[in-house]
Amino acid sequence: MSSVLFWIIAFVAIGSAFIVVLNKNLFYSAIALVFTFMGVAGLYVFLWADFMAGVQVMIYVGGILVLILFGIMLTNRISSVNISHSNYHQGIGAVIVIGIFFILGWMILETPWLRIVEQEPTQTVGKIGRLLMTEYLLPFEVASVLLLAALIGAAMLSRKAN
Amino acid sequence: MTVDVLIDWLANLVDFPELAFILAVLICAIPAFLFIAVYALVAIYGELKISSFMQDKVGPMGQGPGLHAGKWGLLQPVADALKLLLKEDIIPASADTKLFILAPFIVFIGAFISFAALPFNQNLIIADMNIGVFYILAVSSLGVIGLIVAGWSSNNKWSLYGAMRSSAQIVSYEIPAALSIVVVIMLTGTLSMQGIIQHQDGLVWGILPNWIIFQNPFTFLAFFVFFISGVSECNRTPFDIPEAESELVAGTFTEYSGMRYAFFFLSEYANMFIVSGVAAVGFLGGWHSPIPGFLEAPGWGLFWFLFKVGMLIFVMMWFRWTFPRLRVDQLMNICWKVLLPMALLNIFGVGIWTVLAGR
Repeated sequence: MSSVLFWIIAFVAIGSAFIVVLNKNLFYSAIALVFTFMGVAGLYVFLWADFMAGVQVMIYVGGILVLILFGIMLTNRISSVNISHSNYHQGIGAVIVIGIFFILGWMILETPWLRIVEQEPTQTVGKIGRLLMTEYLLPFEVASVLLLAALIGAAMLSRKAN
Repeated sequence: MTVDVLIDWLANLVDFPELAFILAVLICAIPAFLFIAVYALVAIYGELKISSFMQDKVGPMGQGPGLHAGKWGLLQPVADALKLLLKEDIIPASADTKLFILAPFIVFIGAFISFAALPFNQNLIIADMNIGVFYILAVSSLGVIGLIVAGWSSNNKWSLYGAMRSSAQIVSYEIPAALSIVVVIMLTGTLSMQGIIQHQDGLVWGILPNWIIFQNPFTFLAFFVFFISGVSECNRTPFDIPEAESELVAGTFTEYSGMRYAFFFLSEYANMFIVSGVAAVGFLGGWHSPIPGFLEAPGWGLFWFLFKVGMLIFVMMWFRWTFPRLRVDQLMNICWKVLLPMALLNIFGVGIWTVLAGR
């Protein structure tokens, strides 16, 4: 069961990623990105990372993608359907991308992966929470200060100058 | 009924795991879809009658063009549904056809898959996930994408303004709603829907049921913050500025008609059910009886859950005929300057209360 489902989800994720890159219409690219994000969330579920999958959907689909769509609709003449973009330097891009693909593939195949023979975790949220509040408290707090700074900065920028 | 049990049972039966998986998902999904459809019919009838009674009218009473709409207009929602199904499917010539067709499905899927985590009683839940509440909050964001796609692909300025307003509103109100749910998670220590309900067993303060709403003053406030944000996330009056008919024709749905419009309609009602369901599970004890230990059997559990959800939906309809529509700036002010500070105060207050009261 899992393997068939895995291939379907992987196909959706990669196929829609191709649409994101190759489609000429910016809005179509953004919508294809929904399916890429959902596919990646599905792959997280296969890794027994259910909480990560939820975060993926909430942050990327519910937050970042909405922001992208808003950006598209606000920056262009919002009532025009023809929002297009063109791809430059396709030859150089292809060479670099294929190079990165082979390097990554070679690394994935060559790395002696650490295999832990352990029971599949049934619950990940509690562990993540405990680790965030103990071992990784400092990075967690630093990230929140950074986000707060970004928030205040955004409010300052969008404010009308008095 | 969890889907895993079904998959195991079917896998033993058919000896072909892929088929068992598909069958189990269909066995869960088809009744859920039928439930939404039947519930929507009931809710439409309820809305027609409730709105009429609140305006001192009688509502649908057996009239109809050539058709008799039944005693007390009971067949009115059936007639409405048939009308929507049989109506001509119009796609505007200048619309983006592919996305125009896709949009209602994205919106409906966002509402539909949330039903997978709603516990109807002690056993009746499609999948009792570890991240149940979080799952519902996460997948409900798909609806926003669907609304933007609908507004943009219609190629109509009213649709586009409706979509912009509606998505800005939903994204904003998601924050106080999610922060109010954090209060529930702090008290119960779990994200699983059944776990949250099981935590609300017994009595609190000696007389009240141990529902989270009654556990301390901050949770009482959190329920109202959540419910108001929830009404706003459904884009219902008084927060229906995205489809304000006096200024935007019908907002996002301007160009939609027939079956495609019906899907938006169905999603709105499904979203009302989900918001009320999460409020009932998170704050009102889910399938627990109001009198602990009294009528707690699974059948009664189903009744209590549907009763609580029904009451909350009734309150939403009550809102609609009581409050005038808010202006856009008032809408955003309420979200960011009233509800959000209150939600943060609730988290802070519940934390201190838990430490001091030790519970």
